[in-house]
Amino acid sequence: MSKQIIVPFGPQHPVLPEPIHLDLVLEDERVVEAIPSIGYVHRGLEKLVEKRDYKDYVFISERICGICSFIHGATYCQGVEQIMGIEIPRRAEFLRAIWSEYSRMHSHLLWLGCFADGMGYENLFMNCWKVREKILDVLERTTGGRVIQGVNRVGGVSRDMDAAELKRILSEIPSLRDDFTELTRIFDEDLTVQTRTKGIGILPKDKAWDLGAVGPVIRGSGHAVDVRSTGYGAYDELDFKPVVRDEADCYARCMVRAEELFTSLDLIENAIDRIPAGDIMVPVKGNPSGEYYARAEQPRGEVIHYVKANGKKNLARHRVRTPTLANVPALVQMLAGCELADVPVIVLTIDPCIGCMER
Amino acid sequence: MKQPQQTIETIAVEDLINRVHSFHDDGYRLVQISCAAEGEAFEVTYSFDKDLTLTHLRIPASPDKPIPSISRIYLASFVYENEIADLFGIPFTGIAIDYKGTFIRTSIPHPFGSSQISVVKKKPEGQHE
Repeated sequence: MSKQIIVPFGPQHPVLPEPIHLDLVLEDERVVEAIPSIGYVHRGLEKLVEKRDYKDYVFISERICGICSFIHGATYCQGVEQIMGIEIPRRAEFLRAIWSEYSRMHSHLLWLGCFADGMGYENLFMNCWKVREKILDVLERTTGGRVIQGVNRVGGVSRDMDAAELKRILSEIPSLRDDFTELTRIFDEDLTVQTRTKGIGILPKDKAWDLGAVGPVIRGSGHAVDVRSTGYGAYDELDFKPVVRDEADCYARCMVRAEELFTSLDLIENAIDRIPAGDIMVPVKGNPSGEYYARAEQPRGEVIHYVKANGKKNLARHRVRTPTLANVPALVQMLAGCELADVPVIVLTIDPCIGCMER
Repeated sequence: MKQPQQTIETIAVEDLINRVHSFHDDGYRLVQISCAAEGEAFEVTYSFDKDLTLTHLRIPASPDKPIPSISRIYLASFVYENEIADLFGIPFTGIAIDYKGTFIRTSIPHPFGSSQISVVKKKPEGQHE
């Protein structure tokens, strides 16, 4: 048996925009074990809920993450609305679904670009981000914010889209679909991508379930786990079918995200087709009392916002279980047995968002 | 559309391992473990999912009484148990990967566990009455 050595990976590493540390136990170039360490960017945001009015806290919950911010805000609102017994206008639910899907496309395109960059494929990275700009333009045009939208409110949303805007969005979708087709073709067929991803970072189907993986990680291992299937918000009226792959490797996780871009476009078309007229917000009076585990599907997977209130204007507890935290045990499993050179690519395939994970 | 109602079953700490075993045998996925203050004490809640339905188990907790880790049944629980131990100071016994207080790096120990944090409102310098 070769001598074992430990190679530190992170917290600063070219493929990691945020800090996470892995102790990689190696035998020659093969990883025997990976031990993760986190906690470099813990901000204590959950504690802040005790000091802020529950309505103002929506803006803090959106700042848990700089990529999937919209869905954090929407899920927090869902939880508070549930314990207060508020039924928000149906139009607001449709608008939340449309913005959620734009948020998902922007996150997936960002990830596909970072993934290409991690493989040393810089022009593909730039192409992904060029298309992402078109998504950010729509978010900015319709909400006023490119990354932090700030339109979620307890009781609905603060901005509407008029008929002209909805028509304009529909008219832009064919061009986006063409862009996605071209990008997906490259990820699907390019030899460089295939060599770096196929058969690498295997997460067997039973392990993915046992380790509590979520999002594209578990769907890339053959499980149709997607919270949108529960029909929360407007999703009960949209024709949604989760994207599932069976290869269980880095390629599968990459292709789940690429194919989900098309699902998001379909859902947006669906939502615009079926969005009802009406109000976008209901007045909210009083303070919440009770508790609820609200969940939603973020780009990285299932997110849980636990809210607990005792009738005061400040919540007693807000707890967020982000998808990256749920995917850390699966990452440890994927890394065991891989080559050292494949570690960056495997780490990227869980789409780690550390700021989000540590809150 | 309103969300589905959720029920949380409170059980004794002694029953935890048996109950979690039965969830595992029935094919449930561990979704999360969370902790919250309840009066002077705490409560730890375990959430499981099967067929997209959430089920919750809750146990009472305190910093003086260790909780048996479920990481021998669900390995993934080690992240949640280490997090609760670091933030709330609630000890777990037998965690498969025990970081012994170094999982979440905080400037003060167990910041969510007791009232060690006080917020002091100060006027910006140079501002007068």
